[in-house]
Amino acid sequence: MVEDPWAGLRSLTPARIALGRAGHALPTRELLAADEAHARARAAVHAPLDVDALGDQLRELTGGVPPVRVESAAPDRSRYLLRPDLGRRLSAESRRQLTPPAGHAPGCDLAILIADGLSTTAVARHAAAVVGAILSAAPADWRIAPLVLATQARVALGDEVGELLGARLIAVLLGERPGLSCQESLGLYLTWAPRPGRTDAERNCLSNIHPGGLSPANVAHKLWWLAGEARRLSLTGVHLKDRSGAAGLLGENS
Amino acid sequence: MAYQHTLDSRVWHFPDLKTLLAKATPHRSGDVLAGVAADSPVERTAARMALADLPLSRFLEEPVVPAETDEVTRLIFESHCRDAFSPVAHLTVGDFRDWLLSDAADEASLTALRPGLTPEMVAAVSKLMRQQDLISVARKCRVVTRFRNTIGLPGTLAMRLQPNHPADDPRGVLAGVLDGLMYGCGDAVIGVNPVSDDMTTLAMLLRNLDEVIQRFAIPTQACVLAHVSSQIEAINAGLPVDLVFQSIGGTEATNRSFGISLAMLREAHDAALATGRGTVGSNVMYFETGQGSALSANAHHGVDQQTCEARAYGVARAFDPLICNTVVGFIGPEYLHDGKQIIRAGLEDHFCGKLLGLPIGCDACYTNHAEADADDMDSLMTLLATAGVTFLIGVPGADDVMLGYQSLSFHDALYLREVFGLRRAPEFEAWLAEMDLLDRHGRLLPVSTRHPLLSMQT
Repeated sequence: MVEDPWAGLRSLTPARIALGRAGHALPTRELLAADEAHARARAAVHAPLDVDALGDQLRELTGGVPPVRVESAAPDRSRYLLRPDLGRRLSAESRRQLTPPAGHAPGCDLAILIADGLSTTAVARHAAAVVGAILSAAPADWRIAPLVLATQARVALGDEVGELLGARLIAVLLGERPGLSCQESLGLYLTWAPRPGRTDAERNCLSNIHPGGLSPANVAHKLWWLAGEARRLSLTGVHLKDRSGAAGLLGENS
Repeated sequence: MAYQHTLDSRVWHFPDLKTLLAKATPHRSGDVLAGVAADSPVERTAARMALADLPLSRFLEEPVVPAETDEVTRLIFESHCRDAFSPVAHLTVGDFRDWLLSDAADEASLTALRPGLTPEMVAAVSKLMRQQDLISVARKCRVVTRFRNTIGLPGTLAMRLQPNHPADDPRGVLAGVLDGLMYGCGDAVIGVNPVSDDMTTLAMLLRNLDEVIQRFAIPTQACVLAHVSSQIEAINAGLPVDLVFQSIGGTEATNRSFGISLAMLREAHDAALATGRGTVGSNVMYFETGQGSALSANAHHGVDQQTCEARAYGVARAFDPLICNTVVGFIGPEYLHDGKQIIRAGLEDHFCGKLLGLPIGCDACYTNHAEADADDMDSLMTLLATAGVTFLIGVPGADDVMLGYQSLSFHDALYLREVFGLRRAPEFEAWLAEMDLLDRHGRLLPVSTRHPLLSMQT
C-alpha cells in the first residue's frame, strides 16, 4: 500500500483525491467505498417510491387534504428509463382523473407536482420538507391547487398536469439523476402557462436541493421570487434571470 | 433511391440510404427511441447485406441530410477529395471492410485515404464490423498533434486531467489538478468543466490553471470547457486561453441547439491560432461529441445516432484539433442502454474518428441510471488501449463530483500503462521525471510531503 502525502487537501474538495494505491490500483477500502456509493445510487434510481408514506407527510402540510396521485404513461421503471417520452405524459386513467367535468373550468395560480424522477431516495427524504417550506411562505394572493404526486415522471409531465388543472404556473419537484457522491438531490422546475410542448428553455430550474446544498427555506425564497417575476412578465425560462439574491447553490463541501 | 435485399425468399425494402444505414446498425436504445432501428435481427442482417453490396461512391450521390438545409452536409461534400478517394472508389462497402483488414491498408495508405472518406462511408463500414475489426483497423491509423507536447506517438497514451469541483472553488479545483499530476496524468489537457458559464468564473479558472502550468513549467495545455463564445470573449479580453473547447454534433440543427455554427468555430479557431501560445505546434482546438446528441436535440433527420456521430467528426477534423473525444456513456440509457452498448459505441467512435484522421480519445463513462458498472469501464478502456486510443479522461477516484457520473480514475491510467507498456507524451513524461515523480520506466515513485508540487496550495 502506498499512501498519498496530500490527504490534507481533502478538506478542499468533495472529489476522491489522495486515495492511495495498491500497486497501480485502488486500495481495497476505496474500491469498496466506491462500490457502496454506486449501490446507493442504483437504489436511488430503482427503489419504488413509497407513495403512501409520502402522501401521509404531504397531507399533514395541507390540513388533511391528501395529494392527488397520478402515474405517467410509463408502466414500469425499465420502460421509464428507456422511453423518456412516456414519462412526459399521463396514463389514460390519470388523464381522466385530472380532466375537469364538462362545463367546469378549473383555475389556480400555482400547481405543485411532486414526482419521483431519477432519485426516489431524494423525493422520499426531502420532498415534504421542501413543499412545507414553499407552502408556509406562500403569499396570501396566490391560489394554490391541491398537491399532485406522480410516479415514473419526467419534468415535462408537469406541462400536461398544469394544463388540466388550469394552472398559470406549475412547480415540478423531482429527484435528480444521482451521482456517486450525492444520491439525494432534488430539482425544482417552474413553467409559466404549462401545456404539452413546452421546452426546457421555457423553464426556470433550481437544482442541487439536498441537505448539503440548497435548503428548503432557500428554495421557498427563490421559488416565490421567481413566481412573482413570472406573473409580472407572463413567462419563465431564459428571459427570466434569477436575481433572488438568496444564499447560493453551494454544497456543504464547497 | 430505394434499396432492397432478398433473404430466404423474402424481399426487404429500404426506402433510402439513411434508412438502410439505420436498419444496419447494431441494436441500441437511442435508435429504437428515434424509431429508426431494425424491427428484428433478421431485418438488421438483410440491411447489412444490402449495405455490404452498396458501392462506396453512392455516398457521394445521396446525402443522408439535405445539403440545402444543413451546413455540415455542405462541409462534408465540399471538403471531399476525389483523388484521395480513387484507390477505393471501385469498392463496395463490404469490399472496403475486406480492404481495411488487409495488409494493403497500412499507416501510409490509410493516411493518404483520409480526405477521400466521408463520415457516412466510415460509419457504414463500421456497421459491418465486429469489435475486433474496429480495434485492428483503428490500431493501424496514426494521428499526431502538438501544442505544448506531442500527442499520439506510437506506444503512448495521453490523459485529460479533469479536476471538476461542484462550486468552481479555485482551491478545490487545484487540489484535483495536484492529485492528477502526482499520478502522472494531464498530458492531453488539464480541462475543467465549469458549473457556471459566467465570465468571472471563466477568467478565474483560466488564470489559476495558467499559473500552475507557468509556475512549474509543465509541458501541457489548459482548457476551461465553457461555451465557445465565452472563450472567444476571454481571448479578446487577453485571458490565457490555450485550447478552445466546444461540444459539437453532426447536423446543423444539433449545433444550433448548442448555440454554435461552423462560422463561430472558424472564428474561435482563428482567434486561438492568433494567440500563438503553443510551443511545439498549433493544434489549438478541443472537441467533445457523443452518440445521441442529435436525437436529444430533435435534430437527427431520421439518421441513426452512430452516423450522426461520425458526421460530428467531419466537423471536428475541419479545425485540426489537438484532441477530440466521444463522451460515450454520459447521455444515459435511453441512448446507450447498458455496458454492452456503451462498449460497442466507444469502439465505433474511436474507429470512425481515427479513420477520418482525428486525434480521438474517449471519456469512457457511465451514469447511475444506465445498466453499467466499473467492470464495463475496465473492459472498454482495455479494448480502447488495444485499439491504440489517443487519450482517455481521468477524474479523481473515477467520480466526477460536479457532473455526477463516473469516468476513469488516475489509477486506471496506471493500470493501462502497466499492462500495455504505454508511455505519456514524451515532453510531459520528461517533466514528471525531472520532478522526481517517475522512474526511468515511467513508473510512479513514492513522494515525500516536501515535494515542490505539494506547495501549490500555499
